[in-house]
Order: sequence, then structure tokens, then C-alpha cells
Amino acid sequence: MSNLKIQKVGEYQYLIPKTYKKGMVVDALIIASQKLVDSMEDEVIEQITNVACLPGLVRYAFCMPDGHVGYGCPIGGVFASRVEDGIISPGAVGFDINCGMRLMTTHLSIDDIKPRIEELVDLLFSRIPAGVGSTGFIKPSKVEFKQIVEKGAEWAVEAGFGRTKDLENIEENGKITHADSDLISNRAVERGLLQVGTLGSGNHYLEIQVVEEIFDPIVSSNFGIHNKGQIVVMFHCGSRGFGHQVATDYLNAFEKKMDKYGIKVRDNQLACAPFESTDGQNYYHAMAGACNLAFANRQVITHRVREVFSKVFGVDDKKLGLELVYDVVHNIAKVEKYEIDGGEVEVIVHRKGATRAFPGQPVILGGSMETGSYLLVGTQKAMQETFGSTAHGSGRTMSRHAAKRHVRGEELQKKMKKEGIYVRSVSYAGLAEEAGFAYKDIHDVVEVLDGFGISKKIAYFRPIGNIKG
Amino acid sequence: MRFKFLDKITADAGFEAYGKTEQKLFENASLALFSLMCDIKRVEPEVKKTVELKRKTLEELLFDYLDELIFLKDRDVMVFSKFGVEINKNNNYDLYIKAFGERIDTEKHSLLVDVKAVTKHMFKVEKKGDHYKATVVVDI
Repeated sequence: MSNLKIQKVGEYQYLIPKTYKKGMVVDALIIASQKLVDSMEDEVIEQITNVACLPGLVRYAFCMPDGHVGYGCPIGGVFASRVEDGIISPGAVGFDINCGMRLMTTHLSIDDIKPRIEELVDLLFSRIPAGVGSTGFIKPSKVEFKQIVEKGAEWAVEAGFGRTKDLENIEENGKITHADSDLISNRAVERGLLQVGTLGSGNHYLEIQVVEEIFDPIVSSNFGIHNKGQIVVMFHCGSRGFGHQVATDYLNAFEKKMDKYGIKVRDNQLACAPFESTDGQNYYHAMAGACNLAFANRQVITHRVREVFSKVFGVDDKKLGLELVYDVVHNIAKVEKYEIDGGEVEVIVHRKGATRAFPGQPVILGGSMETGSYLLVGTQKAMQETFGSTAHGSGRTMSRHAAKRHVRGEELQKKMKKEGIYVRSVSYAGLAEEAGFAYKDIHDVVEVLDGFGISKKIAYFRPIGNIKG
Repeated sequence: MRFKFLDKITADAGFEAYGKTEQKLFENASLALFSLMCDIKRVEPEVKKTVELKRKTLEELLFDYLDELIFLKDRDVMVFSKFGVEINKNNNYDLYIKAFGERIDTEKHSLLVDVKAVTKHMFKVEKKGDHYKATVVVDI
């Protein structure tokens, strides 16, 4: 990043003051190391300072250490707008509403898995639909789909996909109660109807990982991670075409409605409405519905994971200890309360490519498919500093098109196999696009989060098996 | 050149499409969109779907048309490889497109990535000299 207007104000805090751009309501603050700030595109600064111009913002418009260019708001963008007189912005939530991460633990060790890794990955690949045009094995009617939208993971458990206990370990218990399916277009429903239980493509994946390092044995054990060599399963996916259509519908609608509210934004992709207006509330409840669809999706996939492991190891999945550690949301807007200027203020926190990090809450950070992933824990510092928020992963540094020119998918698959990672992908081009060199280093991102104290590292996982769309 | 893919978009994907006429522009933008998702040479133009839209500007028309193609892709589980485009300008732009393709086949179509939305990021339709150019970034 070439901009000299960034002021280093703390070891991991880089400030762009309100004076940088006319209309900024708050300063922008990048939480990062010098190395990560230097590698961020200049456009990230423009985007986060455009975000800082939105009405009703308090404290700072944050960019997390994995921040990179998004649509309107950077991925890794976090801010809070007052409920009373602030706004809600679909572009600052993201197209893939409730794109998120789920982590499951097992009783298995690397010695149990190694002889069967190919069989396991091959069966997961055949049983979990992924990629362009993949359709789910659940074929709901429109009426049933609307129930999924209202009930989220709870619907899935009631339908026989998973256990009631799973819901305790999902953000919002896997169901945002204020969802309203009536506020969602028929078009969005039609897009989503065939996609329940599908993984998607792009940077969505399911990995079998081995615990490589434990940093805090007590917290780790509380989360079900006990030993180095223990096997875990992590997967990343969202609300599919359905969530994207909800986002598109409301983004398009808000663009045309801002004049009515006298709102001007620096980038039309940040189109917004007052949170307490009918328009704002309609999006808030529709977004909740899209979140629920993603929760249901991940719950259905969890069930498939248990089925596959059970088949490969020939025992009931309960004996394999396939339990949820946690499920976190990356793209969402939520009403929360924070201490601001000596008083408690109710705000709508927008997290776009960012994770909630409440004290004691597991935080799951996915790295690239070659570098591994982390489990961290949220802290009181996050509540004080960043509206209870932290990063979500490692963030891209290279375009998909450029990545494909550097490596062919088939070669990458062979290279990864030599390195001990068995990958099955629907698309070789898609695989090449996800090569490790196209991403920031997850260790750099975690060093910032842990150093600044908004999340503390608990365990590090190395991938050994992966399925992708 | 009908279209080319953009190199500098970190998160997702994009293209520039070209055409001497508005019709050719829309045809080439359609081909670019599906070329992001599969090998369109392997898609038989067997099943026809139609899109009819009326918009004030060419930009709104292209945006909503590409959005419609993405919707058809998901609702009907199809990819398309051939397009017959009619655009008439009266007070508005009237679009009538016949899109030909088939149901998505993992074995046959050499699938790439799933395009989930057209975005307004860098989105532009412009006339440059004697031809049109569209810049489109999509969310993957």
C-alpha cells in the first residue's frame, strides 16, 4: 500500500483519520502488521474510508488483517452503526450471506486416518454435492424451503440431519429468530430450491485436518481438541445462490431508495437504508432468512460427514466422536450493545469477511488449502476494541485468473499429494485458483490477532484431505 | 476479440466483452459469463430459454440480463453456449434473447467456478469509437 496518510498509532493499529476524505463520520483503523498493511491494495483504503462515511457510525470503521478489496466494503470490514439513527447496508454484509466455517472434532488420530484418507476423501467427494450446477439430495417444496429459511439448523435437526446438541455449538444456535421468509423474493427461493446441502465452489471446501500444535491445552481441551495428531474436520460454505439473490435484490432496491432518505454514499455498492425504516427492517429480516439457509446447509453437510466416516470406519459415528466445536458466521449484520463514550449503545454491527469473537467463543480461521488453519478464542479485548470482531481467514492476494497462469490444477493436485494432502476437486481450474500462493500467510494474520489480543490462538491444524467444487 | 478475462480482481472474476453492435456486445458478454463457468464448446445448444427485458439504459439492461442468466443457471441447472439477440431502442431498450444450452453435466462440461452474482464493481457499458465495450465483475 503506497498511501502515506496511514498513521501507525499502535503496534497493530494503522489509522486513516477522518480528515483524509470529506464526509468521513469516523476514522478508519486497520488492524494489521506493517507487512500486511504494505501488501494491502490501495483500493482497500478507499473502500474502508468510503465505509467510514456511512451515517450513524461510531468509533472506527475497521479493516481486519486479512482485509482485501470487496464490493463497496472491503472483505475484512467491520463497523457499527447506531440502531437509533444509523443504517444497514447489504453491501457491507456481503453477497454470500452467512458464508461461514464449521469445525468438528473426532476421536480419531492421524494413524487411524492415514491408511484410509483416500477412501474417506473419495467418499466425501461423492456424497457431498459441490461445484457448478450441483444439486442437493434434499428436494424441498417451496413451502418446506420457507420453513428452512425460518428455522435454519433447527429445521435440519428436526428433519433427521444431526443432533439437538449440535445447535448449542452454532452461532445464534443456528437459527436467527427474526427471519421472515415473506420478505424474500420468489426468485431467490427458486434459485435456492435445489441447492440445500451443497458445498459450492470457489473458496468453499471441506478439509480433513490434523492437530499440529496446541497453544493453550486447557481451552483447547474444553473445545474438544486434546492431542497433537487428533483429526478434525473443517468446512467453509454459505447460502449459495439463494443468499446471493437476497443480497442482490436488496442492494438493487436500496440504490433506488436512498434519495427518499436523503442518504448519499460514496460507492453505490454501499447503498443503505435507515436501520429502523421499513426498508431497513425488511432487509434485516430477509438477511436473517438467508443466514438460516446457510446454517441449515452446514448442518446437512455435517450429517453427511458423519455418515461417510461411519461407513468408512464401520462403526456408529457417535463412537468416532464427530462433535461440533463451533460454527461461525463471516458475513452478517447483528444488533449488539457496546460501551461507547461512557454509555451503553445499541448498534448494528456489520461483519463482512469477519468473525464474531465474543469472550470464550471459538473462532475458526481458515487458511489456504496448503497452509493450514487455526482455532482461536474470542476475548474481552475484542469487545473493547473491535465490536467483538476478528478476522475470518487469510484473504486473497492474487486474482483467480493470474493464479491459473502460475499453476495447472492437475500439477497442483500432484504436488499437494506429495506434501501429504489428498485433494478431490470438481474443477482443476478451480483448484489452481485456490493455490496457497494466491493467499496471504495465515500465520501473519494470526500473529496480529493474537498479538493485538482480539483473539488468542488455541490450536493449529494441518490439512491432509480436501474436497472442493 | 469477443471477450477477455480480467487479471487484477483479487476476490472473484471478471471480463471485458466487445461488440460492433449492441447485439454483438450482449452475445459476447453472455459467452464470457458462461466461459467463466465451463467449457462452452462442450455445451450443446439443445434447450431454448428466452429472456425479455425493458430498461432505460443499456447498462441497466446488460446488468439485469446477466442477472437473469445466473438465475436461469441455478433454477434450471443449465449452462448456455449460443445466443440470438434482438435489441430495439424506442423510449426504452427492448431486449429479446433466445439462449440455447443444456442441463449441467459434470462429466461433459469441464466445469470451472460457479458465478453467483453480477456486481456493480467496475461495471460499465461504453461506446469506444466504432464498437461497444462492457466491463463486468462477478461474484464467485
